Amino acid sequence: MNIIVCIKQVPDTTEVRINPETNTLVREGVASIINPFDLYALEEGVRLREARGGKVTVISMGPPQVEAALRETIALGADEAVLLCDRAFAGADTWATSYTLARAISRLEHFDLVICGKQAIDGDTAQVGPGIATLLDIPQAACVRKIIEISGEAIRLERMVEEGYEVLEGRLPMLITVVKDINQPRLPSLKGKLKAKKAEIPVWGADALEADPERLGLKGSATQVVRIFSPPARGGGELFTGEAAEAAAGLIAALRKAGVVSAGPGSSS
Amino acid sequence: MSLLIYAHKCVGCGKCLKACPFGALAMVNRLAVVDPDACTLCGACIETCPVGALALPERGTGEDDLSGYRGVWVVAEQKKGVIQGVTFELLGAGRELAVARGADLSAVLIGHSVAAAAGVLIERGADRVYLVDDPALGVYLDEPYSRIVARLIREYRPEIVLTGATAIGRALIPRVAVEVGTGLTADCTGLSIAPDTGLLLQTRPAFGGNIMATIICERHRPQMATVRHKVMKESSPEPGRRGETVKIALREGETESRTRVLEVVEDLTSTVNIAEADIIVSGGRGMKGPENFALLQELADILGGAVGASRSAVDAGWIPYSHQVGQTGKTVQPKVYFACGISGAIQHLVGMQSADTIVAVNKDPDAPIFSVADYGIVGDLFQVVPELIRQLKP
Repeated sequence: MNIIVCIKQVPDTTEVRINPETNTLVREGVASIINPFDLYALEEGVRLREARGGKVTVISMGPPQVEAALRETIALGADEAVLLCDRAFAGADTWATSYTLARAISRLEHFDLVICGKQAIDGDTAQVGPGIATLLDIPQAACVRKIIEISGEAIRLERMVEEGYEVLEGRLPMLITVVKDINQPRLPSLKGKLKAKKAEIPVWGADALEADPERLGLKGSATQVVRIFSPPARGGGELFTGEAAEAAAGLIAALRKAGVVSAGPGSSS
Repeated sequence: MSLLIYAHKCVGCGKCLKACPFGALAMVNRLAVVDPDACTLCGACIETCPVGALALPERGTGEDDLSGYRGVWVVAEQKKGVIQGVTFELLGAGRELAVARGADLSAVLIGHSVAAAAGVLIERGADRVYLVDDPALGVYLDEPYSRIVARLIREYRPEIVLTGATAIGRALIPRVAVEVGTGLTADCTGLSIAPDTGLLLQTRPAFGGNIMATIICERHRPQMATVRHKVMKESSPEPGRRGETVKIALREGETESRTRVLEVVEDLTSTVNIAEADIIVSGGRGMKGPENFALLQELADILGGAVGASRSAVDAGWIPYSHQVGQTGKTVQPKVYFACGISGAIQHLVGMQSADTIVAVNKDPDAPIFSVADYGIVGDLFQVVPELIRQLKP
């Protein structure tokens, strides 16, 4: 079974802030990590290969430093990795990103399954997975929490929806996006780390993809950020102290006064 | 392609260096220079330059004539024939945009035996409903639904298309955007029309809500956005309101699908979905064990809310993942969020800091959760929560 896993290197969002005085992004000390959801995608790919044979190929679009993230995926069990890197890719929105990744996937040898994380934690759009599936003209399942069975070309899985989950049946080749519930990613093995060190990671640019330059990067992006700003500041909250009963009464009175819970006792619904 | 820096304008003030999230700018001989390998053309630096020395390279031209696109559309979401709340919120937001553009508000409704629901959409503000009714469309499926919406967009050319950022909406609409070849902005918390250009200004949180970004789609149509449930205000029903229903005939092959839904299993551990709840009572490591979540459930039941959890409570196996709030769980925006025994790691905060009101109960007065809380009680949740229950109980 040939599996393609798409990953993204993202800033550790825990550290990205706007400096309230200058209204600019504070970037000092912002580390880069593999998007957490993509680690579940990778783990699921590696598990499927372990159970069924085949190969796991990881692809990522980004600047040259993404190579480090791809090496990490090899340490975590991937067989091969390809970096999609070209100045022409810069500034891509989800549309141009989907196009670039889909072009790369269609240049790889035959694949059965494409696995992506549900969304990236920097943009939170969840748009690239479905975008790739559409461009490759393969079926998709978003927010998959379990692969129940793969038999021949048929795949059965559980996908999370608001009220619970759907049991979905599809046909390979297919694209799925996965949520955290699907597995518990492993740590890199010593053997994996050695392999990662030695691995050759090919770099494909726009030419290698035979891509339409009009659809790449900023040029191929339909959306454009025109302004960034800080969300309204929070904090300076009111503290209630004393015995539990007293503090609880103070809190309830304040919530009622603010109109955020029903006004009188007994009227809550 | 790389960032354009007009050296003759640059005064070497260095403001752009601080604005760059990727460390791609440097000052050399008191002039800004860009490392093209590090620059992602995100544009964060452009506005910070006081002298207009920075610009993005020329963008693609897109379509030449956008004037043929008119009207605001809402892609309605129905389950078992019942229009979901998010659709009424989109109709509320869509009406304001339609007024600002001097255009009509329409809804697209796809399903089986859903003609009655078309009337509901009209009562809620749709001037027109494009109704696609077929036995093969009773349950949402990615391929037929996206194929049909894309075809209708190509045929009727709306200027703006809004969809709920729900499990269905987020699977459907990125496909449609790719099929029709236009931009899409996810999870908008603000939508308005720019008075000068008439463009849709789409504002959304990024980086887990630490930053807000306003996005436009200048040269492609329609301008498409998704909006989370509970973010916009519902349109109120106007019984007897008149509108037009346009029945759409299906074309050959439009209902074909390579996936099918075998079963929808309702998760019995959560009677209320946390992404939709107005009130969420969440517990973290301080809950000490799975049995204590019953306490939170009791408080949530009294308030008509749902139970959430931090990652550590989920990882400990105390409560299922579907309840997890935070970076690797759900992002929620309830009216009130109770954080009980949650210290407030940043990964949790990014999932709930957009709540209207945050209440924290924690033993540790230095817990970071208090820095985002509107109201806090420093105390033992096993004493405080039972008191809240006792005093709120009808």
